[in-house]
Amino acid sequence: MSIQRLFIANRGEIAVRIVRAAQSLGIHTIQAHSEADADMLAVRMADEAVCIGPAQAAKSYLDVARVVQAANDAGADAVHPGYGFLAESPGFARAVEAAGMIFVGPSADTIERMGDKVSARQAAETAGVPVVAGSDGRIDDMEVAAKLADQIGYPVLIKASAGGGGRGIRIAQTPGDLAKLAPQARQEAQAAFGDGGIYIEKFIPQPRHIEVQIMGDGTDAIHCFERECSLQRRRQKVWEEAPAFDLPEPTREAMCASAVNLARAVGYRGAGTVEYLYDAASDEFYFIEMNTRIQVEHPVTEMVTGLDLVAMMIRVAGGEPLPVVQSDIHRKGHAIEVRLNAEDPLNKFMPFPGVVGTLDLPISDGIRVDHFLYEGYQIPPFYDSLIGKLIVHAGTREAAIDKMASALDAIQIGGLKTTIPLHKALAKSPDVRAGRVHTQWLEPWLDAGNLNSQTGGAS
Amino acid sequence: MANIQSPVPGTFYHRPSPEDAAFKSPGDSVAVGDTIGLVEVMKSFIEVQAEEAGTFADYAVENEAAVSAGDVLATLK
Repeated sequence: MSIQRLFIANRGEIAVRIVRAAQSLGIHTIQAHSEADADMLAVRMADEAVCIGPAQAAKSYLDVARVVQAANDAGADAVHPGYGFLAESPGFARAVEAAGMIFVGPSADTIERMGDKVSARQAAETAGVPVVAGSDGRIDDMEVAAKLADQIGYPVLIKASAGGGGRGIRIAQTPGDLAKLAPQARQEAQAAFGDGGIYIEKFIPQPRHIEVQIMGDGTDAIHCFERECSLQRRRQKVWEEAPAFDLPEPTREAMCASAVNLARAVGYRGAGTVEYLYDAASDEFYFIEMNTRIQVEHPVTEMVTGLDLVAMMIRVAGGEPLPVVQSDIHRKGHAIEVRLNAEDPLNKFMPFPGVVGTLDLPISDGIRVDHFLYEGYQIPPFYDSLIGKLIVHAGTREAAIDKMASALDAIQIGGLKTTIPLHKALAKSPDVRAGRVHTQWLEPWLDAGNLNSQTGGAS
Repeated sequence: MANIQSPVPGTFYHRPSPEDAAFKSPGDSVAVGDTIGLVEVMKSFIEVQAEEAGTFADYAVENEAAVSAGDVLATLK
């Protein structure tokens, strides 16, 4: 059963992206919006629009009953959740299906299984995907902890099992450290959480974040190679690339194959991403989690493969088998995406929800801007600060960085403070150019004052 | 009588978290720099602080109300 009427239960740039993909497939689009989003770009582009409640996301985009009711009332036969909001809510996926519509994504059971850290790790291990070695649960016997640490190999991370917020975390470099630090961690966990349980796992210093794009039709699954997302601030990705840089070919193949194995093992349907920590020093990778949705950074994969991932996920949701086989998918060149946020990077990344002034977006071969802006548009303050993504594609990584630098010089988004200065400074960084970056690199680089009005250029 | 205005647009909260009491109640004394509420803007929480001292009169807008930059959030007497 192919989809005729698609309800888009999201906003911002991804709603625009979904409307475009659906319209390219000849599908009638129905755009959901809150009261604060009545004038957003996706509403203007869609065939129909439906208000689903007040500005606050909890009363609109996150209200399962309301969204399902609105989709049903509009005569939708499918619902696309985008990313964020209800995209990874098994309850939402179930409610959509219970109302007789298609959820554009994997089954509710798969979302549930991959959304739970313990069951996701089990699914990964069962499918032969490497996981970070560690205790499977809490350890109370310190002799057991010492034996396990010897097996895993030092350094090891000691974490409170009840924890959160980094409390109780210690790094033990040696057995002596473990003997000294484990009781401290237990004490701190006991004081903070009323539970002194700890667990240990292998500590990977300065890991890189590499993830594999997969697509499944419920039976078969393919990969669309990997992305490198090591430049992160407060665990938010800032700058993404495809492919990962300086990744040994056998490692790339093993990473992609293990992601496909996991997708097949869970009967995955739709677009998904298997995230890994990559330890460049040992050339080892470890499963972090699987995201059961389209991701913000999907365009870099589209640029290097030429595929339309959003259209493909809609087609497989409608019941089509995968339209491509693995041997059809090739990588060409190098793509980089930067996230344009309405924030002032020169003032502690303070949010800046202003009115869009003059808009001048670079348009040329190998440059793409995914966004939801138009001149005079008031960015609502109620949602996250992502206003768009600038994506470039060139023959090599060197050339892609150069192209990004000149696109950043050319782009003009008037009226707002944006993260453009951050990206200009990153494009000039010798560490970024040489690929000497990892997930712990960006924050100290910012703290050291590497972003200033000089390196960031005029915003 | 002094007004405390919102520094940014967003959603105004009287309380640090849904389980907690309001930052201030009518009659409370307010010192310079005291937090009287939070404005959530683009998923960040900005503390709204008193710029002068006084006695808290009341909130001028409901908890969880949508506010614009410059809106009066609370008054002091």
